[in-house]
Formats: sequence, C-alpha cells, structure tokens
Amino acid sequence: MSETIAFKPETLAQVHKITARYPAERKKSALIPVLHLAQKEFGGWLQVPVMDYVAELLEIKPIEVYEVATFYSMFNMKPVGKYVLEVCQTGPCMLNGSDEIIQHIKDTLHINAGETSADGLFTLKTVECLGACGYAPMMQLGKFYHEHLTKEKVNEILDLCRQGTLALD
Amino acid sequence: MSKKLLLKDAHIEGIRTYEVYRKQGGYEAVEKAFKMAPDAITEEVKTSGLRGRGGAGFPTGMKWSFLAKPEGVPRYLVVNADESEPGTFKDRYLMEHIPHLLIEGMIISSFALGAHTAYIYIRGEFAWIPDILEQAIEEARAAGFLGKNILGTGFDLEIYVHRGAGAYICGEETALLESLEGKRGNPRLKPPFPAVKGLWESPTVVNNVETIAAVVPIINITGAEYAKIGVGRSTGTKLISACGNINKPGVYEIDMTITVEEFIYSDEYCGGIPNGKKLKACIPGGSSVPIVPANLLLKTINGEPRYMNYESLSDGGFATGTMMGSGGFIVLDEDQSVVKHTMTLAHFYAHESCGQCTPCREGTPWLYKILKKIHSGQGTLADIDLLWDVQRKIEGNTICPLGDAAAWPVAAAIRHFRDEFEWYIDNPESQTRNYGLANYADPIPVAAKAE
Repeated sequence: MSETIAFKPETLAQVHKITARYPAERKKSALIPVLHLAQKEFGGWLQVPVMDYVAELLEIKPIEVYEVATFYSMFNMKPVGKYVLEVCQTGPCMLNGSDEIIQHIKDTLHINAGETSADGLFTLKTVECLGACGYAPMMQLGKFYHEHLTKEKVNEILDLCRQGTLALD
Repeated sequence: MSKKLLLKDAHIEGIRTYEVYRKQGGYEAVEKAFKMAPDAITEEVKTSGLRGRGGAGFPTGMKWSFLAKPEGVPRYLVVNADESEPGTFKDRYLMEHIPHLLIEGMIISSFALGAHTAYIYIRGEFAWIPDILEQAIEEARAAGFLGKNILGTGFDLEIYVHRGAGAYICGEETALLESLEGKRGNPRLKPPFPAVKGLWESPTVVNNVETIAAVVPIINITGAEYAKIGVGRSTGTKLISACGNINKPGVYEIDMTITVEEFIYSDEYCGGIPNGKKLKACIPGGSSVPIVPANLLLKTINGEPRYMNYESLSDGGFATGTMMGSGGFIVLDEDQSVVKHTMTLAHFYAHESCGQCTPCREGTPWLYKILKKIHSGQGTLADIDLLWDVQRKIEGNTICPLGDAAAWPVAAAIRHFRDEFEWYIDNPESQTRNYGLANYADPIPVAAKAE
C-alpha cells in the first residue's frame, strides 16, 4: 500500500458500508462505487497509486482496477479542472442546440473539448446521453444536472463557479 | 384522458416520502401480496400481460417463471436503472418523484421470486438519485417493509443501490451483471440466461424500473383488470418520455389506445411542434429503433391511424414501421437534418461500443466516419452503399443487441431519407445546411382537422 495515499476515516467507513452490500467473498463488486469515492477524494482523477490503493482495499489485483477505471467514462484518467463541464451532445440535446452551447463554452473559456482552462478551473467534456432529453440542452457539473441551457444560463453558471458558490455535491 | 396507474399520485406534494406515499395507499399492494402464494403473484403478472418496459417488450411473468430455483442457492432481483438510451428519461422521473413505488414493486417481486437480496443498478450520472432511493429504502425499513421477517411473514429482504460509472452498454442485462460484479461491462454470451446463471452465477431476474413499478398496480387492481387497460397484447399503461422538437417535452403515462397523431398534437401530451413547424420525422422508441418519416409515423402501411402501442408501431416490421422500444419519443421538425441526427447517434454508438465484438468495435466508428463525411459535403454516392453495407455487417453479428441498435438507425435513415443523403452529396457547397422538409411530411394536425 502506498504510504501517502489513504482514505479519510469517514470515507473508509463508507467503503466498509459499501462492501457490506455484497457477499463477503464478492468484495470486488464494490469496485465502481469505491472508485467514485477515490476520484472525489484524490483530486478528481484516478492516479495509478490511487488505483493500487483501491486494489489493496478490495483485495484484488491492480490490473482488475485499471481495466475497470479505463472502461467507464465517468472516471478521469488524467488531471481535470476543479469544475468539469460535461455537456451532452447526443441526439435530443443536439436537436435543441447543444452545438451552440458547446461552442459558447469553448469561446468563453478558450478551450476545446477535453482541455482544461489556463487557470485550472474548468475542464470541458462532451459526453453522450445523460438521460435529460426532455430538458435539453444540458450539462452535468459534479453531482447535479443543469438543464434547459441557454448561453446566458451558462454564463451565470460559470460565474458561480468562479465565485466558488456553485453546489457540486 | 388517459388512465394513470404509475403517475396517478405524481402531482401530490411530498409523494417522495413514505408518509405521503402511504397515505395514498402505498404499500397496500405489499400487504396484499404477502397474503398470496409467491407463484400466485407470478401468475397474476402473467395474467396482466405486462411486457418488459425497458425496450425488449418480453412478457414479464414468463421471464419470472424461467427463474431457476435450485435449493441452497441464492436468487437475486436486479433492477435495471441504467437508463442511457438517447430519448429515454422515464425511469429517472419515477425514481426521482415516486421512489417508494419502485421499492414497493421490488418487495413484491422479490417475494414472488424468492429473492432475499435485490439491487438497483443505477447509471452513475444520476448521482443525486441514489440519495433519494436510499432515503426511501430507510423509510421502508423503518416502517417494517424491509429487513428480517417483514410484517411477520418470515420473509427477509435487503435492497441496495449500486451506482454505475457511465457506460450505455451496462443497460444490457448481462453487461449490467458484469458491472455489478465489479468488472468491465462486457456482455455475456447467452445462454445461459441470467434466470439460470446471473449475478455471481446465481439465478437472477433483471427487470427495468418501470416494469417493477408496474407490479404494484397489477397487485392492487388484479392482473385481469390490468389486462383490460390498453389494447391487444399492449396491456396496461406505458410511460413515454417525449423530447426533441415538441412544445411540451416530458414524461407521459398513456394507456396505449391513443393515436400517434393525438400524442404529438394534443395539448394533453406533446402540444404540437414549436413555432408551427411541420413534423418531419420521429423516433418513437429510443434512439436504437428505426426513424420514420411523418407520413409513415401517423399512418400504417394500410392507411389506418397508427396507435401508440407495441403492435401498431411495429406494423410492417422494420421496412416501414418502427417499434415501441423504451418509449423514448424523439420528434424532429422540418428544419432538422436527418443526416446530422443520424451522425450524432452513430457517434453515440461508436463511443458506447464495449469493443468486445469486432463488427461492433470496428463497424460503429466506421458508420460515424462515413456519415460525417457525407454530412460535411465530402461524400460520394458510393458512400451511401458503403454505409448500407457496413450496417448490414454489424446487425445480427454481435454478442449483444448494441450492434443492432447501432445499425438500425442508419438503415432506417437510408431507407426513408435516401434522397436527403444524396442531396448532401450532390450539393457539396451546402456543407451542413439542412435539406428541409422535402417530400417527407404532410400530416394534418389534430387541431386543423377539427376546424
């Protein structure tokens, strides 16, 4: 186990609560929920030492963690900004103007999809359907959805982020 | 006015809480079910004619009856809440607004199946909903409906919420089980089916959120009464999530006796097309089902009105009809480009292919590349044939239905809108401009008919 990487005690308690949901010999089932906790606690992305730590906690091989972490789109495999703007670009969102929303964010923050702003505050991710098709266009920020987006609404959200007052959790 | 079974109390303030839900008659179905034999509950579900509401439409009671019941082996119920099909957001609505309906349905279903542990596998992006579900689970536990010896029946049940992490493929039941076991969401070969070897190789039933929620009214009113609602084999009610170019996007509960035209144009449902524009096309059952032009959407191949039910929507098969699917109803107005829309869906499927099967792993990005080429005005007529050829080589050649889901939208777009594809090719200067309504639609809105 890494000497420098360890969950806070309260997070570790959550890990134990999660693993208890599965049969004792099936601890691996807790992997995805635990990776969510790890990503949140260790800087918004999954470094190799973090994944190794999770492997040790769940008594599985590191490769079993790597192959899962790289499969699911919610896990970041490289550093991201404090605010990750995940804008849906799929069918119904596209029909309702997601192209314009994405372009507006690119123009405003001077970044392309997959990039982080120079101040390290924002990362733009274009994502596939998030199940908000009736409330399009939309984006996810942290735990929450922001729907019926307009350029003005996006500006307000970005301002709240800069002020540090937008709820992520 | 359509009959409501699932959303009848959705408007009531506080219905998310146990207290209010209980006041509306919540958990009475559980009490009733506990007085029945487990097999009798399954029979009731069979009688109801309930079909899986996740998209496949397989009879639920029959699926339950396939569950293997070896002694000494645990059985599981897994609720598929991995709603990820573009156009589909009905399960989110149910879980957000009436979580106890799902919990109640899970208790009844688990009792019928002899499952003592049940999981709700929810898509990871719905990150705030597990809190709502876990609150409801705790409330149900406090009221004595979960845990050991529920209501003194000797029946034990625990329900857990399990978050995924962003992979459409995990909506496929075997991929979902792999994911629940802490692995990549690679679908399994079937057989064996989950009913025989499912979660941790134990017999497992995987049902969609809406399907399990529908068990509650079935027990409340009886399967026979439920079967009287709707028409033919499309019994009961169905949630439709409507989106795209409509005045009133949202989740609607229908009894499957209304026409498609009524659904799109009446004020009770979608309220028509914004800004008085014409209807160009629609995908009525989630992005994977075939797109249909307005004229074929509103009328069957025999010229009869098309209805919002399984049979009428699939009238004529894939050649002319489409499918009820998950009920994800995507409307395109006259200004939308079918080529561009198909391209974005192709990108979706290319992104979401798990990569296990070569036709899907290689074919889905290929479809996207060809569509992008055509959409950008760089295509040739041979590209349309190539597109057709590639989708044909994906369909039916993969372990799971994702390959079909990627192929069908492309096939239907070419079948019904080939001239739009050709227009993009013949007019390279047009770049991404829209082909427009052309010959596709001449529907007469309900309101106009009345005049």
